[in-house]
Amino acid sequence: MSENKKNWPLWEIFVRSKNGLEHRHFGSLHAADADMALENARDVYTRRNEGVSIWVVESKNITASNPEHNAEMFEPAKDKIYRHPTFYDLPDEVKHM
Amino acid sequence: MSEKEIKNLEEIFEARIARDEKIEPKDWMPEKYRQTHIRQISQHAHSEIVGMLPEGNWITRAPSLRRKVALLAKVQDEAGHGLYLYSACETLGISRDEMYEQLHSGKAKYSSIFNYPTITWADIGAIGWLVDGAAIINQVPLCNTSFGPYARAMVRVCKEESFHQRQGFEIMLTLCRGTEKQKAMAQDALNRWWWPALMMLGPTDAESVHTEQSMKWKLKRKSNDELRQQFIDQTVPQADILGITMPDPDLKWNEETGHYDFGEIDWDEFWQVVKGHGPMNKERMKARVGAWERGEWVRDAAMAFAEKNEQRKIAKSS
Repeated sequence: MSENKKNWPLWEIFVRSKNGLEHRHFGSLHAADADMALENARDVYTRRNEGVSIWVVESKNITASNPEHNAEMFEPAKDKIYRHPTFYDLPDEVKHM
Repeated sequence: MSEKEIKNLEEIFEARIARDEKIEPKDWMPEKYRQTHIRQISQHAHSEIVGMLPEGNWITRAPSLRRKVALLAKVQDEAGHGLYLYSACETLGISRDEMYEQLHSGKAKYSSIFNYPTITWADIGAIGWLVDGAAIINQVPLCNTSFGPYARAMVRVCKEESFHQRQGFEIMLTLCRGTEKQKAMAQDALNRWWWPALMMLGPTDAESVHTEQSMKWKLKRKSNDELRQQFIDQTVPQADILGITMPDPDLKWNEETGHYDFGEIDWDEFWQVVKGHGPMNKERMKARVGAWERGEWVRDAAMAFAEKNEQRKIAKSS
């Protein structure tokens, strides 16, 4: 195959399994354009009624965080226990709060 | 990175897997882990794709519309399973084209079972019952494997595959409850598929080179011999229901072990088929490579069309 030839790009597929639920990442596939990506996604990921709505996003348009930077990225949230309801002491008489 | 640093990273990595943490594509991983996974996942994908060929052979000749829609759906599932697996494999940094190239050049292997011919309709029953049966036994433990994308693909595959085995068994059952001739056809298919199905679960533990490392990475949860025994133990009673017999005079229930004893597997045949000398190796590759080459102009045209549309959109908006 020649080097300068363009292959079908990769698309990430998100499917809403039913109304009321969010779109969830299902996987990826190759397609020439967005319309074909939608059609292929229907055949590859929803053969058994797994979805009522599909989003396709070309993979190169996704910016992902780097797991090597997970410490600076996510650890600052770890010691902020005052963001959770259990941090606050209430007398037992207060039943529901 | 110094050798010491890599060693340190490797230890952290192994500990994560030992704690049942999943590894995701962008995480650091030892090169050997990456390569082993590329090899196994791509071979698995290739097997799904080549696996369509023996069954595709019978789609136009299925004996009823019911059988035909079921077989079509099964073959379509196999295409889907191949695609889930190729996508999972691409996250490790190999391109789809490289994988195809490895398959087409013979560098990458696929399951040797697909190098046997499907000469009667009963073979479609036997494949669903035995080949998918053995595949399920192989695949269920992989739903918990350490590499996230592979595990997720396997969950989907396993969910879909139980229909494959049931449709195969139903075909066998119908033949076995039919005329003498139909029952003989089912027996003949069993005779030809039983041993290759046992070989599908891989070389004996003594011969298997990848087992120990694969166990550690949870690419394998049970050894080949354990899986084979499990397959035999669960399948023999099913043959009894069908009223047909395994082509193995040494097959016998062992009260002491609680398992079936079975005869010697012809490993020479297995290695011959793996090396490319099975009855259908050449035929399968010819069909696969031919489909890829004949489809080239379609792929190119679709790409050209997409690019033209893109240009038009840009022209309109400017």
